[in-house]
Amino acid sequence: MNIIVCIKQVPETTEVKINPQDNTLIREGVKSIINPFDMYAIEEGVRIKEKLGAKTTVITMGPPQAEAALREAIALGIDEGILISDRAFAGSDTWATSYTLACAMKKIGQFDIILCGKQASDGDTAQVGPGISAHLDIPQVAYVKKIEELKDGFARVERMTEEGFEIIETPLPVLLTVVKEINEPRLPSLKGMMRSKQAKIVHWTAKDIQADESCIGLEGSPTRVVKIFTPAPRTGGQMLTGEPQEIAEKLVELLKSEMTG
Amino acid sequence: MPIQIIVEKCTGCTLCVKACPFDAIRIMDKSGDSGLASSSQSHKKAVIDLNICNLCGACVPVCKLKAILLEKSVGVASSAKADLKDYKGVWVFCEQKKGAVQSVSYELLGKAGDLAAKLNTRVSAVLLGHKMNEQANELVWHGADNVYLVEAAELANYQDEPYTNVLVKLIQKYKPEIVLCGATSIGRSLISRVAVKINAGLTADCTGLDIDPKEKLLLQTRPAFGGNIMATIITPNHRPQMATVRHKVMLPAELNKQRKGKIIREEFGLAGLTSRTKLIEIVDEIETLVNLAEADIIVSGGRGMAGPENFKLLEELAHALGAAVGSSRAAVDAGWMPYSHQVGQTGRTVAPKIYFACGISGQIQHLVGMQSSKIIVAINKDPEAPIFKVATYGIVADLFQVIPAVTKRFKQLLQK
Repeated sequence: MNIIVCIKQVPETTEVKINPQDNTLIREGVKSIINPFDMYAIEEGVRIKEKLGAKTTVITMGPPQAEAALREAIALGIDEGILISDRAFAGSDTWATSYTLACAMKKIGQFDIILCGKQASDGDTAQVGPGISAHLDIPQVAYVKKIEELKDGFARVERMTEEGFEIIETPLPVLLTVVKEINEPRLPSLKGMMRSKQAKIVHWTAKDIQADESCIGLEGSPTRVVKIFTPAPRTGGQMLTGEPQEIAEKLVELLKSEMTG
Repeated sequence: MPIQIIVEKCTGCTLCVKACPFDAIRIMDKSGDSGLASSSQSHKKAVIDLNICNLCGACVPVCKLKAILLEKSVGVASSAKADLKDYKGVWVFCEQKKGAVQSVSYELLGKAGDLAAKLNTRVSAVLLGHKMNEQANELVWHGADNVYLVEAAELANYQDEPYTNVLVKLIQKYKPEIVLCGATSIGRSLISRVAVKINAGLTADCTGLDIDPKEKLLLQTRPAFGGNIMATIITPNHRPQMATVRHKVMLPAELNKQRKGKIIREEFGLAGLTSRTKLIEIVDEIETLVNLAEADIIVSGGRGMAGPENFKLLEELAHALGAAVGSSRAAVDAGWMPYSHQVGQTGRTVAPKIYFACGISGQIQHLVGMQSSKIIVAINKDPEAPIFKVATYGIVADLFQVIPAVTKRFKQLLQK
């Protein structure tokens, strides 16, 4: 079985701070991490490999620095890493990004399961996973919280919904986006860390994956960002004090209009 | 190069560095470079790292010296642009589950009405399901001028492929200029697939939608970086312009049973309705309480609840208010609440009218999931807890005393 895990390197949100003077993001010294949701995809890939035997590949599109994220995934148990990096990808929106990743999948050729985190913590779109499966014209199941059964050419999974979950059966290959409930990611092992240091990361450019120039980067992106601004940060409001009874009375009085209106 | 710094104009003032949301600009000392020998000029120049730059243009207007040039790509050839005029009307994909139209659909119909008025066009609802006649009328009463209704047993429950195929065919046939859809687990899964199939631009989780008065383009505003920045996005050269919208962001359309509209039935052959994936079962987890995403009021608890048994206090308050119960990650990780209740970065993003944060300290990962709530009530015994920085009403007290008192008071009020 061949498993591909798609990951994204993102800034660590806990570190993102706002400069109170001019309301801009302070990004200096902010650490880059693997998108938290992708950690569950990596873990699930490694678990399938341990259980059924599989070749696992981790792939990312990003700047050369994103190689660090691939090495981290290898330290966690993934076999190989591929970095898709090219200046021609600059300005890609989710359409162009999913196209680019789909081109790389085609070049890899063999895959039974593609695993993605449900969304990235910086963009929060949840569009790239389903976009890849649409470009490849393979089935998808988004928001998977459990793989119940997996064998050659077949999987049964649980997909999280607002009310509970759905049980879905799918042929392979399939693309799954996973939620946090699916597993608990492990920490890298010493052996894994040693291996990741020596691992050779494959680099592919737009030409290597035979991407159509008109479909990548800014040119291939239907959407354009026209304005970026910082919303006025929420400021602390009114403090309510007194005995519990008094506080309850004050609070209910303040919320009354919202309840009825 | 799509973006460049005009070195002669740049003074290295760092305004662009601060404006860049991607941290792609650095100030470098270029005194070593030949051609910049003039001693009167500053040698500090901004340099854009094109590996990181997303060409968003945030740096361009902040540069007082107009030293940054961004080429706005024409994208699709101008011949294609003429075709854009063939696309008319604002569509709302109306999501139904077990035959019940989801509330976000009515919110989108409300917004679609505003947009259609500005574009001087009509609002259409798209409804897929099985035996949906009554629901189609409901959509007319909530503002749809047309309802495109596709009924088939295969469409009774949502499945990615048949829903994608049908929506793609409808869009290709009728050419709407805008398609809106709820940012739900169904909506986000479906519409991402549709947008790729028809080559359309898609913007996720918009919190603001408007029409640019001059170009008549859809202005889609959405939070990024967990709500720390907002971006306005357009789709200049592709149609339709597609967007998903979160629950509770737009005001629902008003119900008017006198409204008239047209119900247009569409049929598709079996080929378009087949699905490689098979839905085996829909499991509703037993919940006496309201679904988080749709709730007007959410009562959430965190580590300060001290144990799973104490969530009963929150359930009582939630019950009195018709609210949903949420949880911080800490309480989920401790095994006190199931993951489906988790609010925050790795859980759900919510924006209710009132959010009660009880015993939640307010780590950034929690705040990004709830800071768009209209009113935030924080109850915590630690006056230094970061949650108080975003709270509309802050209460520094023992929640085990305050919450029962609040529940009691609300019960008295609501009984009247």
